[in-house]
Amino acid sequence: MSKVETTRIPEKKLIQDFTVIQNIRLNARHFILELQSPDQLPGLFPGQFVQVLVEHSPSTFLRRPFSIHEVNKENRSIRLLIQIKGHGTETLSHIHILDKLNLIYPLGNFFTTGDCKKVLLAGGGCGVAPLLFLAQELNKKGIRPIILTGWKTKADIFEAEKYQQYGELLITTEDGSEGEKGLVTQHSIFRKEKLDFERIYCCGPDPMMKAIGKISKTHGIDCEVSLENTMACGFGVCLCCVTPTIHGNQRVCTEGPVFNTNEL
Amino acid sequence: MDLSVNIGNLRLKNPVMTASGTFGYGEEYLDFLDVSQLGGMVVKAVTSSNRDGNPYPRMAETPSGMLNSVGLQNKGVHHFVQEIYPRIKDLNTAIVVNVSGSTLEEYVEVAEKINELNNIPAIELNISCPNVKHGGMAFGTNPRIAAEVTASVRKVFRKTLIVKLSPNVTSITEIAKAVEGAGADALSLINTLLGMAIDAESQKPVLSTVTGGLSGPAIKPIALRMVWQTSQCVHVPVIGMGGIMNTTDAIEFLLAGASAVEVGTANFINPAVTTQIIKGIESYMQRHKVNTVKELTGALKIK
Ligand SMILES: Cc1cc2nc3c(=O)[nH]c(=O)nc-3n(C[C@H](O)[C@H](O)[C@H](O)COP(=O)(O)OP(=O)(O)OC[C@H]3O[C@@H](n4cnc5c(N)ncnc54)[C@H](O)[C@@H]3O)c2cc1C
Ligand SMILES: Cc1cc2nc3c(=O)[nH]c(=O)nc-3n(C[C@H](O)[C@H](O)[C@H](O)COP(=O)(O)O)c2cc1C
Ligand code: FES
Repeated sequence: MSKVETTRIPEKKLIQDFTVIQNIRLNARHFILELQSPDQLPGLFPGQFVQVLVEHSPSTFLRRPFSIHEVNKENRSIRLLIQIKGHGTETLSHIHILDKLNLIYPLGNFFTTGDCKKVLLAGGGCGVAPLLFLAQELNKKGIRPIILTGWKTKADIFEAEKYQQYGELLITTEDGSEGEKGLVTQHSIFRKEKLDFERIYCCGPDPMMKAIGKISKTHGIDCEVSLENTMACGFGVCLCCVTPTIHGNQRVCTEGPVFNTNEL
Repeated sequence: MDLSVNIGNLRLKNPVMTASGTFGYGEEYLDFLDVSQLGGMVVKAVTSSNRDGNPYPRMAETPSGMLNSVGLQNKGVHHFVQEIYPRIKDLNTAIVVNVSGSTLEEYVEVAEKINELNNIPAIELNISCPNVKHGGMAFGTNPRIAAEVTASVRKVFRKTLIVKLSPNVTSITEIAKAVEGAGADALSLINTLLGMAIDAESQKPVLSTVTGGLSGPAIKPIALRMVWQTSQCVHVPVIGMGGIMNTTDAIEFLLAGASAVEVGTANFINPAVTTQIIKGIESYMQRHKVNTVKELTGALKIK
């Protein structure tokens, strides 16, 4: 059993005003923000997240956490993939190019990469957010993952070309309008007698992560999931975001968001 | 300009402290600010033994505030003394330990152990936590019991004893007087207000514990009123808190009668806010031609 990687020295956390350089609408409920830092970006790793200050939304008091979706070092920019849920994300969806957004980052731990060659990335809904960055980093290490994504219907699918660029993309839709019909966990790759992945990375709704965790356990495959517990601070002081683990209650924002399912 | 204040025998370089449960053990903020600039820092609650706290979900965002039901999660006083204290003892600010418990004996035991630590000049006795089934707030809502626990801790703790009061009472002054009479060197208030949040769609409470403690700007008017009432009726210094987000809020608490302030929830949104407030108080003093910050305490002008 491998413990989620924490050996790399954590970068200093920063509070910084980013400039919005792109706001791309993907569909009715999803958009991408590209944000540029005034300085060189620190080392960023897939699975890490940022805490965004949402201004001009009277009902949004706390910051909002989002995974890092893509990083462009040369351009000093990061991308966030955001699903509109409530007032905070709704307000962010209307932000203008050249507006400033205040971020605290980089936060949390990250997926273990580099020690396994044959890996599966599984994501449902907005859970695909950290998986693109992960696929890109895996590519840099010469690993081309299988990327399995689940959607409600064909019209919801976005960024398919991007995923295809970094791995072999498999799709499920609940209505069967694209790829295999059903949920991510019902995809035919899981029907093999013996799954030959060395690790599965997963991010999505809780029931999906639980189901993937179970499948991994049955096949003796290492599995890392990224949790999205509600947060107040995001940097380890409020103790609001905890999840029970074999080591007791741990902070999703600090010991996580990535956990090995053996530890949950 | 003199920003220093005295809380009992404890001298703070300025009146800005951080509130327990919102600043960890200070280490978590080293990336964001120079902790040695703070007047003081109150660390997370310490109990006699390990506590896992309440189940998730423990937080609900509410209009201009938040509810929490963390429930004193900490690894116990032994762990604090052995592991945490050596790491933070030289941070060069007044480190105050928030002492919590479920029984009178537990408060006394923790206070006794903290008394031995050279670089901890004060404790804040938390008789006001709304998030534990036994003890906590129960100690802080009955004047007789509040006085009893204060007196018992007073016997074993020889440094500055601050008692943190609960706002969940009919008369804050009655409790304040009882605690002062039992030997407290200072009072801090307010802890969180008992509240609750409901998810109308699922028809369930948001918090696993149903109720939790409300903090943030939503509670500021109540906190100001309680600080004002309390400082009118006791002789010991009062440390004010509840919804302080910026310099102006902090000044309001001083005017209402507080000798110092604690900043809590605001740290989550702006982790550098406390040092900004210290600078802000300085420029306020300049603008108002005030030489010592002590002059602001209770300077409220009521015709
Ligand atoms: C580490 C982490 C990474 C995340 N990454 C992403 C990401 O990359 N892209 C993305 O779109 N979202 C992500 N999220 C979720 C995102 O933070 C929330 O959807 C957002 O905060 C909602 O804000 P809002 O003001 O729009 O909605 P609110 O008004 O706050 O909430 C709307 C509804 O969603 C529920 N809700 C809000 N936050 C959460 C949560 N964390 N878990 C479960 N239910 C919640 C509320 O209870 C409410 O019913 C992440 C969360 C975490 C903790
Ligand atoms: C997440 C959280 C945890 C807290 N934990 C403690 C605690 O352990 N002990 C304590 O005395 N007060 C605790 N408090 C209360 C704060 O110290 C403070 O009294 C209260 O939040 C009001 O101030 P604020 O509005 O500035 O946050 C906690 C508050 C929050 C939000
Ligand atoms: S969100 Fe505050 S400790 Fe994790």
